[in-house]
Amino acid sequence: MIRVMLPHHLRTLASVGKEVEIQIEGPMTLGAVLDAVEAQYPMLRGTIRDHATQQRRPFIRFFACGQDLSHQPPDTPLPDAVAAGAEPFRIVGAMAGG
Amino acid sequence: MSNVRVLVGTRKGAFILTSTEKRKRWKVSGPHFAGWEIYHVNGSPIDPNRLYASQSSGWFGQVIQRSDDGGKTWETPGGGLEKTPDGMPRGESNKFVYEGEVGTHQWYDGTQHPWEFKRVWQLKPSLTDPDTVYAGVEDAALFRSTDGGKSWQELPGLRAAKGHLWQPGGGGMCLHTIILDPNNPDRIFVAISAAGAFRTDDGGQTWRPINQGLKSPYELPDSTAEVGHCVHNIAMHPSRPNVLFMQKHWDVMRSADAGESWHEVSGNLPSDFGFPIAVHAHEPNTIYVVPIKSDSEHYPPDGKLRVYRSRTGGNEWEELTKGLPQSDCYVNVLRSALAVDSLESCGIYFGTTGGQVYASADSGDSWSPIVRDLPAVLSVEVQTLS
Repeated sequence: MIRVMLPHHLRTLASVGKEVEIQIEGPMTLGAVLDAVEAQYPMLRGTIRDHATQQRRPFIRFFACGQDLSHQPPDTPLPDAVAAGAEPFRIVGAMAGG
Repeated sequence: MSNVRVLVGTRKGAFILTSTEKRKRWKVSGPHFAGWEIYHVNGSPIDPNRLYASQSSGWFGQVIQRSDDGGKTWETPGGGLEKTPDGMPRGESNKFVYEGEVGTHQWYDGTQHPWEFKRVWQLKPSLTDPDTVYAGVEDAALFRSTDGGKSWQELPGLRAAKGHLWQPGGGGMCLHTIILDPNNPDRIFVAISAAGAFRTDDGGQTWRPINQGLKSPYELPDSTAEVGHCVHNIAMHPSRPNVLFMQKHWDVMRSADAGESWHEVSGNLPSDFGFPIAVHAHEPNTIYVVPIKSDSEHYPPDGKLRVYRSRTGGNEWEELTKGLPQSDCYVNVLRSALAVDSLESCGIYFGTTGGQVYASADSGDSWSPIVRDLPAVLSVEVQTLS
């Protein structure tokens, strides 16, 4: 079980609380987390990654265990604490603007 | 007794304002989609409880929302747990992907720049089918859904109409106006900033520019170019679909031949710069504009918020000021923020960037605010409910 924290506007869009739980079968990677979030909450497709290119939207960032994973490739392994469910994977709206 | 429902899109959510035909007391519902930019909310003409909303954010992109109960509840129509035959979640109600090669358009500096989807500016439900709806988007293109907003397909023939010469205006390169011809289901008009007006006569397969007569000496090297004009808004009365009225960047224009040719009808307006234009519900020759001082100063001339009405299809204009602020007013009225109802005494409505929504129940003779302190208003649509 992976814990994923969503930004406010995506929580309301998906009608969920601050944190959701997802299951991943296979390698525990950055891309697998995003695939699983989108599979469980299809209304979030396109809001985190561009529909056409599957690239991270410019004002979205991914944090985990104090690290910035925003610019890592999809096959990047998750930190052990995230893979074990001890720490959340955080999807964050960038600070720019307000 | 009839009721009126005013659909307001703002920078921070959607609001629904409802009243009886007296239009004295208003109930305000919202914010819906709080904190998101709502460029447009629009209802189906044949199923008024079917509403579509364009919800967007610089962070999270585009979402399409749909209501089947007049805005009480909403859903992302393609966002459920429905799956495709190969087991993938659909989630396609916000998927706007250009057809074929993306191609390039002109950038602000005249160089070529690739098309990039940003948001939906305009939603236009079909006149005959509540599940069919058109979306005008930035970067400019026209999409259509025939399944109630679950999935969207581009009509790419439009971008073939010299798209490489289109360029963004101050608000981006947006398709902001869609007009469906009530007499001819194959005819659609659209307007794009800054490309001009375009028409299809074959249901959206092929398109051609309809900009003859437009002059843009300050914006274009060739002031009468076939495309590139910054058309801000177009309006039509359904009883006379060949007569179109246009608020261009500068100039108010009229066409009597479905856009084949245009001539200027700015007449005695204090400024012929502005954004929206609308036609009276029962008088096809009565039109409304809101003059703005200039493209460098997006506020009303002399700090006076004045709607101008022409009962002669343009050229001769009268100012309408009763109930509107006549000093120290520096709000703007954006291109989609002026609309009319179809009650016997025609109601006119507009929203401002200062968050006011003004209403007139007497064709513009007098005005009063329905609300004063909304976020900046991006769009206003009106439904007359029997």
